[in-house]
Amino acid sequence: MSGVVIVGGGHAGYQCADSLRRAGYEGEVTIVDGEGHLPYQRPPLSKSHLLANAGEDALLFRTQSYFDDHKISLQLGRRVVHIDRDAKTIELDDGQALSYEQLVVTTGAKLRKLDVPGADLNGVGYIKSLDDIRYIQDHLPDVENIVIIGGGFIALEFASTAVKLGKNVTVLVRGKRILANAVTPELSQYMLDIHHQHGVDVRFSAEVDHISSDAECNAEAVRLKDGSLLPAQLVLAGIGVEADTELAVTAKLLCHDGVIVDAQCRTNDPDIFAAGDSARYNNPFVGEEIRLESVQNAVDQAKVIAQVISGQEAEYNHVPWFWSDQYDIKMQMVGIHNGYTHFYQRGEQAEDKFSLFFFRDDKLIAIHSINRPADHMAGRKLITAGVSPSQEQIEDAGFKLTSLLKK
Amino acid sequence: MPTVTYVDFEGQSTQLNLAEGMTLMQGAVMNGVEGIEGECSGSCACATCHCYVDDAWLAKIPEMSENEEEMLEDTASERKANSRLSCQIKATADLDGIVIHMPEEQE
Repeated sequence: MSGVVIVGGGHAGYQCADSLRRAGYEGEVTIVDGEGHLPYQRPPLSKSHLLANAGEDALLFRTQSYFDDHKISLQLGRRVVHIDRDAKTIELDDGQALSYEQLVVTTGAKLRKLDVPGADLNGVGYIKSLDDIRYIQDHLPDVENIVIIGGGFIALEFASTAVKLGKNVTVLVRGKRILANAVTPELSQYMLDIHHQHGVDVRFSAEVDHISSDAECNAEAVRLKDGSLLPAQLVLAGIGVEADTELAVTAKLLCHDGVIVDAQCRTNDPDIFAAGDSARYNNPFVGEEIRLESVQNAVDQAKVIAQVISGQEAEYNHVPWFWSDQYDIKMQMVGIHNGYTHFYQRGEQAEDKFSLFFFRDDKLIAIHSINRPADHMAGRKLITAGVSPSQEQIEDAGFKLTSLLKK
Repeated sequence: MPTVTYVDFEGQSTQLNLAEGMTLMQGAVMNGVEGIEGECSGSCACATCHCYVDDAWLAKIPEMSENEEEMLEDTASERKANSRLSCQIKATADLDGIVIHMPEEQE
């Protein structure tokens, strides 16, 4: 009997396999992943991993024996090259064919690569996979100056890690502010101040002209288009990712910056599902099709797929949430703030503990918290339940927000 | 290697030997102990690794951070005096033999 084949062993892929077994699914479950490592967690890579010294085993979702005991077959270091929807088989890069009853596409996202002269020098890297981090780790001991290209979460989280490791860090941002796609200008400014306090040199409107090297092809400096020269023995690009839909597109699954899925995470082929960074779905909170790059989204979509395959009723309608750790700042975001009309603040910026509550008209749509996890936790429940606190309730830090929820 | 005993909501217990420095959440999740989720990879950001620390061990574990304190305010299961997030407790020689109880639900 052939069962479920999962393409990709990231958060979504691993979770789907695990949830299938938890739901009592008895068919075969196979995860195919190109990376050649036991499925591991990515969030710590840019955050705590290089600081914790806990070793790579601490990144693993599960030990090998868990997969053996639960009869989850792992095809690691294998790429899927083709999906044959009529035959319901996939072909691996070694020519092997695997048949499936249901296929789950969790191919994630692929890195946007640097496209400047010098991008292939020794000492130029990325911050996405375990192999990327090993590369960084190999270089770190000889590095004094690090230039990080990009102003998003991954770039800034790694900047904070690099500072803690005692390096001189410059961050190059193409636009006018950091975290421009994720938070409001107020919060961008707040986080910029934090990075400044830790000695990070943040350059805006910064365009890389080229990366120069020494005689042995080791990165030495980054030259910007405005002429400035920044010494860097390590240059890391965190300039975003794109949905990896190559396989799905070739298989003629409906794609548009992501594999399009319905509320059960099904593609236009009823036997093929998609989840995680590579899936695009109609988000009921936003009222439009979106694609999210987050752990929550990957995990919750994967759980829905496992339930649906196991014959249970399930729908993906979860409120999105995200987090980021930079220095001793814990940023937590719930909901999607795009299209907000106004916001109220709870807590004090001066104390590095505050939350912004975003409204569209009179409806609470998102909360961005700095070191106020209770607001975040309450927000997840409030937004899910469609409950909007008043301005007074938000601004009164002593008011218990969860008291607005029906028991 | 410190030994940790996880007792699930039904009273079933599982004993694991954890590498020193690994968190109790990591140990549970990696070995497939049900009842602890750890969705945020141990970043103290999701509260799905809520546990009740056996009273005998309560005084021996490090104090909780403000963040952990706040995260515990809205856990899926009832917060008790011995509630902690298991991602914030590391297995150490001092805690060899620790017993933690899992709540009814995590989310």
